[in-house]
Amino acid sequence: MKLKKIALATALVTVSTVSWAACTINDRVNIIGNEFPAIHAVVDGAKACTGAEVKSNLTADHQKLNVAGMTGTPAEYTSAIIANSSIVALMNEDVIRPLDDLVAKHGQNIKKNQLITIDGKIMAVAFMANAQHLVYRADLLEKVGAQPPKTYEEMLEIAEKLRSEGVVQNPIGGAYAAGWNLAQEFNNMFLGYGGEFFESGSANPTVNSPAGVSALNMMKSLSAYMNPDFLTHDSNATNAEFRAGNVAMMNMWGSRAATLGTAEGVSQEVADGLAIAGPLMVGEGKTPASTLWWDGFTVSKNISDSEAEATFVAMANGIAPERMDDAMSPLAVWLIDGYEPTAQAQGVFEAVNMNTQPYPMLPYMGLMHTALGNELTDFMQGNESAEQALADAEAAYMAAAKEKGFL
Amino acid sequence: MFPTLVAMLLFIALPIVSVITQSVFTPHDAVLIETENCNPFGCKTETIIDQEATAQRRSEQPLGKFVGLDIYFDRGHLAINELSTAWEASESVGDFLDRLNNLPLYRALGFTLVFTFTVTPLMLAFGLLIALGVNSLHRHLKGLAIFFSLLPMIVSPLIGSLVLYWMIDSRGVIGSAIQWLFSDPDLSLKASTTLTWIMLIVYGVWHSAPFSFVVFYAGLQTVPQETLESARIDGASRWEQVRYVIIPHLMPLVTFVALIQLMDNFRVFEPIVGFRSEAHATSLSWFIFNDLSGETRQLSSASASSVLTIIGVAVLLAPVLVRTWKDFAAKRA
Repeated sequence: MKLKKIALATALVTVSTVSWAACTINDRVNIIGNEFPAIHAVVDGAKACTGAEVKSNLTADHQKLNVAGMTGTPAEYTSAIIANSSIVALMNEDVIRPLDDLVAKHGQNIKKNQLITIDGKIMAVAFMANAQHLVYRADLLEKVGAQPPKTYEEMLEIAEKLRSEGVVQNPIGGAYAAGWNLAQEFNNMFLGYGGEFFESGSANPTVNSPAGVSALNMMKSLSAYMNPDFLTHDSNATNAEFRAGNVAMMNMWGSRAATLGTAEGVSQEVADGLAIAGPLMVGEGKTPASTLWWDGFTVSKNISDSEAEATFVAMANGIAPERMDDAMSPLAVWLIDGYEPTAQAQGVFEAVNMNTQPYPMLPYMGLMHTALGNELTDFMQGNESAEQALADAEAAYMAAAKEKGFL
Repeated sequence: MFPTLVAMLLFIALPIVSVITQSVFTPHDAVLIETENCNPFGCKTETIIDQEATAQRRSEQPLGKFVGLDIYFDRGHLAINELSTAWEASESVGDFLDRLNNLPLYRALGFTLVFTFTVTPLMLAFGLLIALGVNSLHRHLKGLAIFFSLLPMIVSPLIGSLVLYWMIDSRGVIGSAIQWLFSDPDLSLKASTTLTWIMLIVYGVWHSAPFSFVVFYAGLQTVPQETLESARIDGASRWEQVRYVIIPHLMPLVTFVALIQLMDNFRVFEPIVGFRSEAHATSLSWFIFNDLSGETRQLSSASASSVLTIIGVAVLLAPVLVRTWKDFAAKRA
């Protein structure tokens, strides 16, 4: 068995080195990024380049390190892998360079929709898309004769049925951990109700609005069907609850849904019942209660042109269409040419087709996200009204935005 | 003398000066412009920072914009404006306290002070009890007993709190046991503010009692046997020996441990992160962590919180320090 695996691995390595052996670079490359399988796959591709050293630092704490590691001259990291929320910090600090010249020279395999352009300049190249969408247990829903929900209102009805008929005690799962996760769930719901975070063209907050109140009330109703510890459950803990068979429906990241049924210790019942659908609608909203995300790479500003070129060539090799094999395809919803969507990708594709809004790429959105994550917990615990919680979040945001010079 | 001075200057004075400087400067006002941005999901007009204009401001004044004490007085810290509004609007003291509790700093202070003033005396008491217990053991058992009593301090705080965190989960060992005990399947330690506070305090005592134990145990070895013996001859019970001989002898150590622990407990941080209890309990140290870990780092705000922590520790320690100084002066005189 072990021999077989080794033989297979060797075969794969040989095949893969043959298919993109053409990549040579002549200067150092150092990549910083988040830590999940899809990013590992991309960085492995970059490391296949020969001629100079390719280093990487993939960690969940990448956001605490990337700005500092790209500020000095020359920058420690020549490339940062980021998402549409985290590119903002790099833009704000002015540590990434425009890529137009490099794309023209080495970007023949990059599709036009992969290019992230800001003010007419290409600032990043995206390689995968992500979104939160419905993940449910088809077998449990069948027991109460319910169709998979299309809206959060339907989700509540089904949850009530599942609970009252004794199928599951806490049928809804949600990554409602105080902090980033809770704020993200609020963002989803708020956009679903048609909310706008800021006055157009300014940093003045507008979350204390009817859409905000409806969003919070819906979250409160959903939380009544969750594990009582929901304010401490991040997406990992929520997935664990789903895998343990304690959850029937949840809003989960596409990048995590694919591996839900395959982890160690998941019962056959859960693995067989696992089903994926598009994001849910809420209220009278026109777009789903979810956000679209992309992950991509950037190139540091404070490095030499030759380092920048080597970095771009290596990263472009990491996302080369030739690398789209059976091992890499299921890891994410790739934006790369030649990618054939797998069954697990259906949720994210639905999200794109339903015109889900991208997560706002604004210089002050990070501050709003932090403020929401800290101030909404009082409402979720039933200690204060929705209006008060939103007023608190706006006040906390304004204090932070004043400090950072946005207001 | 000279090396000590240099070390103190480098490792104590300079960082404090740096933190104070950072807390009175903020980044320059950002010049915002609207641009057309495109991504895989389409194009949209969005706001970004005008880097050229901002870079010029930065090079003119690299420290940033001087704001004096503005950051200290904003809502995230002392919240002077919010405080006076709350005072004018509230009808009773209870109402005012409610409003106060809605402001992050005062809420955090509320928890921190309760934590500091329950954990410190409790850990002193437990430490003394364990020390007395271990001291009366047979000498063959002492080594083992000391090792096990020190375990909570050996385990790194983050790991210790994470282990407990999973045990008190509503599906964990302790969590399920409590649900069974009170026959309430929805009972959750993590969902209730009061229970979370109790849990953090229990954890705090568990983690720091070994420190006072080890200090008191060392102190017990120096208790003069003659005094103890004469107390026994006078017919003192075990409790009276402890109360009138041992505790007075250990008093300087009690002051020392209390001093260190007041300082440590005021900076409570790891259990808040480990127990993910930020919805129920926060502290000044947690503020600093939170300011620096968001997508947009708030250095000025974190610096202001640091300075407030230093001031808080100084205020807490003042009575103990004054007392020590008086004792010292009395001895010299």
